[in-house]
Amino acid sequence: MTATSRRAGNLRLGALALALVLLWALPADALRIKEVTSPKGIKGWLIQDATVPLFTMNFAFRGAAALDPVGKEGLAEFVSSLLDEGAGDLGAQAFQARLENNSIAMRFGAGADYFSGSIRALVEYRPLATDLLRMALSAPRFDPEPVARIRDQYLSSVRRRVERPGYTARHAWKVAVFKDHPYGRELDGTEASLKAIGVSDLKQFVAKRFARDVLVVAAVGDIDEAAFGQMMDRAFGDLPARAAPASLPEAKIGGAGKIIVTQRDFPQSVAVFGHGGIKRKHPDYYAALIVNYVLGGGGLTSRLATEIREKRGLAYSVYSRLVTMEHAGIITGRVATANARIAESLALIRQLWAKIAKDGITAEELSDTKSYLTGSFFTRLNSTRRIARLLVGIQLQDLGIDYLDRRNRLINAVTLDQTRRVAARLFKPGDLTISVVGRPKGVVSRP
Amino acid sequence: MISALAGFGAAAALPPLAGAAVFNPKTFTLANGLTVVVIENHRMPVVRQMLFYRVGSADDPPGKSGVAHYLEHLMFKGTRTTKPNEFSKIVARNGGRDNAFTSADATGYYQTVASDRLELVMRMEADRMANLVVDPKEAAPELKVVVEERRSRTDNRPAAQLNEQMTAALFLIYPYRNPIIGWKHELEKLTLADTMAFYRKYYGPNNAILVVTGDITVDQVRPLAEKYYGPIPSGPKITRRANIAEPPQRAARRVILRSSRVREPRWSRDYLAPSRGQGRGRRADALEMLDVILGTGATSRLYRALVIEKKLALSVGTAYDADMLGPTAFGIYARPKQGVEVATLEAAVEAEIARLLAHGVTEAEVKAAKKRLLAGAIFAQDSLRRGASAIGTALTSGQSIADVENWPEYIEKVTPAQILEAARDVFRIERSVTGLLLPAAESKNGGAAAKKRANTGGGPRPGRGK
Repeated sequence: MTATSRRAGNLRLGALALALVLLWALPADALRIKEVTSPKGIKGWLIQDATVPLFTMNFAFRGAAALDPVGKEGLAEFVSSLLDEGAGDLGAQAFQARLENNSIAMRFGAGADYFSGSIRALVEYRPLATDLLRMALSAPRFDPEPVARIRDQYLSSVRRRVERPGYTARHAWKVAVFKDHPYGRELDGTEASLKAIGVSDLKQFVAKRFARDVLVVAAVGDIDEAAFGQMMDRAFGDLPARAAPASLPEAKIGGAGKIIVTQRDFPQSVAVFGHGGIKRKHPDYYAALIVNYVLGGGGLTSRLATEIREKRGLAYSVYSRLVTMEHAGIITGRVATANARIAESLALIRQLWAKIAKDGITAEELSDTKSYLTGSFFTRLNSTRRIARLLVGIQLQDLGIDYLDRRNRLINAVTLDQTRRVAARLFKPGDLTISVVGRPKGVVSRP
Repeated sequence: MISALAGFGAAAALPPLAGAAVFNPKTFTLANGLTVVVIENHRMPVVRQMLFYRVGSADDPPGKSGVAHYLEHLMFKGTRTTKPNEFSKIVARNGGRDNAFTSADATGYYQTVASDRLELVMRMEADRMANLVVDPKEAAPELKVVVEERRSRTDNRPAAQLNEQMTAALFLIYPYRNPIIGWKHELEKLTLADTMAFYRKYYGPNNAILVVTGDITVDQVRPLAEKYYGPIPSGPKITRRANIAEPPQRAARRVILRSSRVREPRWSRDYLAPSRGQGRGRRADALEMLDVILGTGATSRLYRALVIEKKLALSVGTAYDADMLGPTAFGIYARPKQGVEVATLEAAVEAEIARLLAHGVTEAEVKAAKKRLLAGAIFAQDSLRRGASAIGTALTSGQSIADVENWPEYIEKVTPAQILEAARDVFRIERSVTGLLLPAAESKNGGAAAKKRANTGGGPRPGRGK
């Protein structure tokens, strides 16, 4: 049997080549956000959705790992793993048993800028989940057993980092680009810094950073406004009104043109590349998002993927992305290619970087990218967790409660001229800082 | 495409899912044999189409390991009427996302789109079921992509290399012994002709399951499925691995990988275990319960004994994937604390197993494990992905929709005695492989620490843009 003999006669795909002009409507009913103010005055965003009898509540405090004291890097991260290891009158095992036996998922995470958390449970366990969260945030115990145990786990993880070429490449890149700024420090900790962190440091972190004035909250699921208000009061009402003052300087992006080669015995070299970018609130943000999507953001359809992966088979994965932080904006990407051919991948990345800076993107690329960015935004929101995470992110970035209504208009308003101007301003092939780990042929360090 | 490569070697298995009258799927079959399943979820105006073929890497012909997965990549390289990579471009241009995966038992293709784009992706998915045409000029670089994928997933990672060796040792003849992505020397020699022959044999509608989930009804799906998939003629009748079974396993195996790239040791063991696809009574349900009690979470038996009480391990856990067509593995893995000999850790794990085999599990443990598993069936309904994956996985691993829908009932019925019986059947050292991942002999502890470079560590994890 041949392929042709299985051809179905009535399939006609010619019509698909039409460039469709798409105007995505907001799924208004599904994403109606209510701002709820609790009896104690805590504000949070809620989307009521009774599809499944469960709820997710996400939250974040502004101020996290980048504020770790020098010499105590890893503090925020350490705290994030200890909050559910004993709190209030419950020891570590008793606390974990409450979570596991009632299928309550409680998670904490420390980023450079934000300390985030979430709880998800079936609706019948909402009061218990809320109480456990209150205890974790307001009365964590930091008993000797869990502190020693989690510290050992982190120390092992720090030692094992060298097994991962991508981690090593990324860190060397950050050191070159951020230099003395906290974003360039080892915020997951080092062996020395993790050993230097004591219980008083953990307690101080909680006392200073968990406060209502730096808190944002969102809930999605089978829960009404009154219940959400009570929940916020119960979980966060005991926290101090104000966090300790904290400020970070803007990062000065350095390392332009630098190449760092870390020799390691891997068959495939991993390269991290990039330079300064754009911050989230910059008026050109959407134009930059579109340009980067065309260059390296669009999965297998991007220019980087087309030239490096599809045409030449140099890599399984290659991408670039905008990373927006509170005090820095960067454009960064990654590629992994066999040692013998990594230089070819890096040369192509430079060429494509130069081409987009010089010529910008085409009208067709602009139109296709707008369709993708506006349409896919909502298809991503396919679980309560994802929706709750988005609502917290919108609040952290101060984008406004009407952001979901405005976002697609902002993207559709970007013009071709604007993308060309932004591409020329933002993409600088000569400034690329490149960090390679492996046994790369034909790539040498350059200060 | 960006393959999930689920199945053996993938340590992070999904939590057990499925559930009685949980997904409430509606199903029908087309005249050409295509099974269609619809799961409604009207939260957002979004649908997900998943097309599963009942063929995976374990169906790769001898000497051609990796061909099922290579075909998955080539399925994006065009048809009689679409250009290479046009499929993903059209999906993206329509605001959708698409991807594909290859596992040991199944190959799947999926797209998430706004509900009014379902017809478009159905038309395109049906088109490549019938009309795949790959230019050799496209096939050649794609093979290099897969070789790079293998380097990223396996060759750059000693732990993955050890897993590959362990799996090859666990199955004496069952084809799960071959890696999904293929052995490098065979992979590099795959031809387009081999791959197209594989496509023609396995990619007929009679060998596929279409799952549509989201803001759609079965009455809307039926005419579209008839229109686009209906005209495709059936392929050859497939009998899946009917005569392949493991011979008696009589000798414990031990696999040791030392590498200068390894800093900290890891201990693991896989026991050969029955799966749902083998239909050996309801033993898989008991083993899923055992997986929870013995090694899932911070209050599991192994974590309490080895990490908290004896302070020998940094971490420990178990893994069991019941949803396989052929025999599967019950895995245990642990990392010793610094200064603890791997042999001491191994003895402590074995002591816990001996205690289990001597005394069984308690009623309280069984009750708690049931509660956790059954709650998981409700959480599974929260996303479009989980329901479609659960149904597709079941139907490509020798199970029926009823098996999925009745799963909570089966779990509810498991007794402590059945768990003990299942444990006694599975924990037999002669049917196991023990794997040790060790640092190179000369760079132990002190040496490695002294050589450790200053710039090998952390940094901020930048927030993601939206």
